[in-house]
Amino acid sequence: MYQYDEYDQRIVDERVAQFRDQTRRYLAGELSEDEYRPLRLMNGLYIQRHAPMLRVSIPYGLLSSTQLRMLAHIADKYDKGYGHFSTRQNIQFNWPRLETVPDILADLASVQMHAIQTSGNCIRNITSDHFAGIAGDELEDPRPYCEIIRQWSTFHPEFSFLPRKFKIAVSGSESDRAAVQIHDIGIYLVRNEEGETGCKILVGGGLGRTPYLGICIRDYLEKQHLLSYLEAILRVYNQLGRRDNMHKARIKILVNAVGPEKFTDMVETEWRRIRDSALLLDQAEIDRVQGFFTEPEFDKNAADDATFERRLVLQKDFKLWVQRNVKAHKAPGYRAVYLSLKHPGVAPGDATGAQMNFIATLADKYSHSEIRVTHDQNLLLPHVRQGDLYPLWNALRKERLATPNIGLLTDMICCPGLDFCNLANAGSIDIAGQINERFNELDYLHDIGDFQIKMSGCMNACGHHHVGHIGILGVDKKGKEFYQLTLGGSAGNNARLGDRLGPAVAKEEVAETIDRVLQVYLEQREGEEQFLETYLRVGLDPFKDRVYAPGSEDSTRMKAVAGY
Amino acid sequence: MRVIKNGRVLEDGWQRIAEPDPGQPLPEGDLIVPLDYWRNNRELLSRHNGRIAVCLNGDDSLDDFSASLDQFELVALEFPKFTDGRSYSHARLLRDRFGYRGEIRALGEVLRDQLFFMQRCGIDSYQVREDKNAEDALKGLSDFSVKYQTAADGAPPVYKLRQKQRNDERGA
Repeated sequence: MYQYDEYDQRIVDERVAQFRDQTRRYLAGELSEDEYRPLRLMNGLYIQRHAPMLRVSIPYGLLSSTQLRMLAHIADKYDKGYGHFSTRQNIQFNWPRLETVPDILADLASVQMHAIQTSGNCIRNITSDHFAGIAGDELEDPRPYCEIIRQWSTFHPEFSFLPRKFKIAVSGSESDRAAVQIHDIGIYLVRNEEGETGCKILVGGGLGRTPYLGICIRDYLEKQHLLSYLEAILRVYNQLGRRDNMHKARIKILVNAVGPEKFTDMVETEWRRIRDSALLLDQAEIDRVQGFFTEPEFDKNAADDATFERRLVLQKDFKLWVQRNVKAHKAPGYRAVYLSLKHPGVAPGDATGAQMNFIATLADKYSHSEIRVTHDQNLLLPHVRQGDLYPLWNALRKERLATPNIGLLTDMICCPGLDFCNLANAGSIDIAGQINERFNELDYLHDIGDFQIKMSGCMNACGHHHVGHIGILGVDKKGKEFYQLTLGGSAGNNARLGDRLGPAVAKEEVAETIDRVLQVYLEQREGEEQFLETYLRVGLDPFKDRVYAPGSEDSTRMKAVAGY
Repeated sequence: MRVIKNGRVLEDGWQRIAEPDPGQPLPEGDLIVPLDYWRNNRELLSRHNGRIAVCLNGDDSLDDFSASLDQFELVALEFPKFTDGRSYSHARLLRDRFGYRGEIRALGEVLRDQLFFMQRCGIDSYQVREDKNAEDALKGLSDFSVKYQTAADGAPPVYKLRQKQRNDERGA
């Protein structure tokens, strides 16, 4: 993985000093609340319902065991012993004291980590495919480009006060596992007719109040022009993006207001003027960064192991876990292993300090000291020999990290919701609990198969509800928590925004509503059809009819509907 | 006007006329007037006894104005709010695209923690908001000693430093 040189290290060290002084000035009354706010936000620090929340950057979701141990240390020393992994591959601490944040940043800097630009109206953490470097369908590893963009965007002097937040994702495989189309800029690595790898550029994706999928503005861009092209897009946005209304300030609104063609023209015109400037990417720098993302030294005999196959036959629950949580790896005899952070009774995406330390030890023992954070809020040990899967499974079970539910209905995406977040209208963690309680039969979940529930406690859509097979959005109706469901969303290559099912339902009716949706799916599906395929074939109506069927007028849900 | 310039706080002769009153004569001396006012009163201003500079806000287009740039020793950029970042792009364009070599001055909500970014975009004098200590704000210019990107300040970005290091190693 990428290692800081003296320059990278100096920049994060100087950031710690800068933020320490900003916080000192705020506490001394030299900076007003309004003046301190954008400064702390550009460092991932929110003032939340109970306490400040600090979001720490995990660039493209990649962690070393040393870094994970430091996150555990921070959870234990400065927080209440846990952290929350987010959909942008970052980690959030919910209980640090403001005065201690500079010390947390100093601890992070000691392991080449930071919280720079994890919030605020600037370019945020660059996200990517958690299977980068190990997927069989990969054209080229996207992480070197993520790192190059990370450096270019860090303290960019022109783009630190944008109209609104700005998110960039890069994918290098045929299968999009990075939700590229819902980012302000989405980049797919693609091949041209000459067989060279370049970038396909999408602009204007984003969820929130007005969801849009990104629009392709360039089919193929040579890699050496990546930064000049990004700079052209950002310059057009910085100058013309709306600043009068924060709900209309994202680039998606600008792209759709001027129209994709005109927007593309503006970007191309600007780009032609700067493409041959100092922004031209030097091949030696690309090579240097690529040199950090080489494969670890794999055991050439890993595939010779025979114990794995025997264990699969002997132990049914091991086999079940392997089927759900263990994925292919391009090296023979190796697998990538999901660590589910969706154990029933635990808030989705949460891990305790003890778990983090435990995972770090397992990563050292079984996975070349490497851990990945996935955008669906799980962790991944990327390089595990098949012969080590059984002892790894046994170890994971002890720390409740082997729930065999990856990709299943209970592998929900969930924001912190009303319990922690100032913006939320409704709780999301207790809805996750309700769903876990209702759907606790593993056989049933396996019968349903791949199924994504994505849940956000408010319009800001941190839980990506628009692109869930079932999306759940928390809304507030006269002080009561209600939930608006959408069906048929998807975040992959064929990204699609979900359709609104109907009126919002009362809190205690969410699991029942999901149950009815699933009944319709199970009745209507043909052969091996997945939920999304069935949904696209039969449409919204059968689901709507069942959920809002007459005869259930007495239920709390229908009272809620009547009151809507 | 009290400004930060050339690495120190100093007083110079420029006065800002944020909203010139058409009924009143302009004061004596060197004046910074809004771009629109300059456009509409060029003849009047040509008779003015003193230098004239213009102040641009985020809505002003540089393309319309660039041909007149060489008349001005100073161009001011308005930062109406700390979070309004449009004038950073204006500064970059003035320097990089239109090759403007005169002074670029930041006016409005100009606070210590923006100065590093402003300097990198090519702004070289700063009128810090009146209620703030300009001596303290001066420290904001040196928050970071290395820079990742190329910008309008001529500072070598990190990748150039790395390139040089590689070449030196090869040479040695």
